[in-house]
Amino acid sequence: MVVGAFVLAGIAALLVLTLKWSDFGTSSVSGYTLTAEFDNIGGLTDRSPIKMAGVTIGRVSHIKIDPNTFEAVVTMVISSQYNNLPKDSFASIYTAGLLGAQYIEISPGGDTKVLKNGDKITMTQSAVILEKVISKFLFNKAAAQ
Amino acid sequence: MNGHRNAFLDGLALLGQAAMAAAAHSGQMVLFTGHLLWRLLPAWTRPRLIVQELYAIGVLSLVIILISGGFVGLVLGLQGYNILSKFNATESLGVMVALSLVRELGPVVTALLFAGRAGSAVTAEIALMKTTEQLSAMEMMAVDPLRRVVAPRFWGAVFSMPLLAGLFSLVGIAGGYFIGVVVLGVDPASYWGQIQQQMQPVDDVLNGVIKSLVFGAVIGLIAVFEGFNAEPTSLGISRATTRTVVLSSLSVLGLDFILTAWMFGA
Repeated sequence: MVVGAFVLAGIAALLVLTLKWSDFGTSSVSGYTLTAEFDNIGGLTDRSPIKMAGVTIGRVSHIKIDPNTFEAVVTMVISSQYNNLPKDSFASIYTAGLLGAQYIEISPGGDTKVLKNGDKITMTQSAVILEKVISKFLFNKAAAQ
Repeated sequence: MNGHRNAFLDGLALLGQAAMAAAAHSGQMVLFTGHLLWRLLPAWTRPRLIVQELYAIGVLSLVIILISGGFVGLVLGLQGYNILSKFNATESLGVMVALSLVRELGPVVTALLFAGRAGSAVTAEIALMKTTEQLSAMEMMAVDPLRRVVAPRFWGAVFSMPLLAGLFSLVGIAGGYFIGVVVLGVDPASYWGQIQQQMQPVDDVLNGVIKSLVFGAVIGLIAVFEGFNAEPTSLGISRATTRTVVLSSLSVLGLDFILTAWMFGA
């Protein structure tokens, strides 16, 4: 009996470490969903935080490719207490620190109309890919000479 | 001058004696392993004995393993937060704690504790059986002590280790969660999310299980061998117990380096 429980608990521990629960951690976030299209999302993933003024206000729920435009469509869940984001808000992808995980920063606009459930944020800025910045810098340097 | 030379020669003689003793000891161990290997499968004809050993070796080690796992997780959470906050990367705390535990600390620390808690007990038990001539009595009754006493204990150690190491890692991750998320305010979804994304079932978890299986087999083998070959005196039992703990700890740490180089090295 006790031995059986021990063996089951041990196997369960190993399974818990192995399995991937796709919705773990997002289930706690409830609110309304917004979408945004980006040319390049860099290292953004499911469950990446959405921040406004540095405060986490939501999560990325899933990411897919739009088959027509070939752009990344990011669906995010914003906590329902922040239901007054202006319609012309700006979404950009940033990196926390030099090595940290990536997140979406929402900069509020000045519009009096607000974003509703299912709306799309039209103004976006893609992730900064370090290699692209460096190569651009190097090419500019070469062109100047 | 003469005295110096004698002291040097004496030292050399002692070194030689120690080397010969070590060679004889390892030779005996290889022979013993050979004998034991033939009894490993036949021992399964009486699975009840193995279950008994799983209780004595595995279940009774549970408390020390779980408590240690919790504390190791708490320390990893604190230290990891300290380092990662310098790089503004505290979101990665979960994956740092989880990978350290699953790949290294889980199997190794569990094995060290296991050698001290269960390995020494097995050695003392078998050595006392030998001292009180219970093993000889079994042989007289045509019961093979290797099959009846030694093999089930070996199996018990092999099966207990991965289970204990898995529980150790899980409790450690929970401890890291407590310090990181509850006390220091790391984002909970990042803690779990990063673990989920970056921990691989085969590369990390399976390799950890293989490590703990190997450690279990090594500790089990050393423990039963030292018990079986103990000098049948009270001093012999105490020496055998000490040797089990020292030898298995050293073997675990040395083997861990080899296994890590093989699994995760370039």
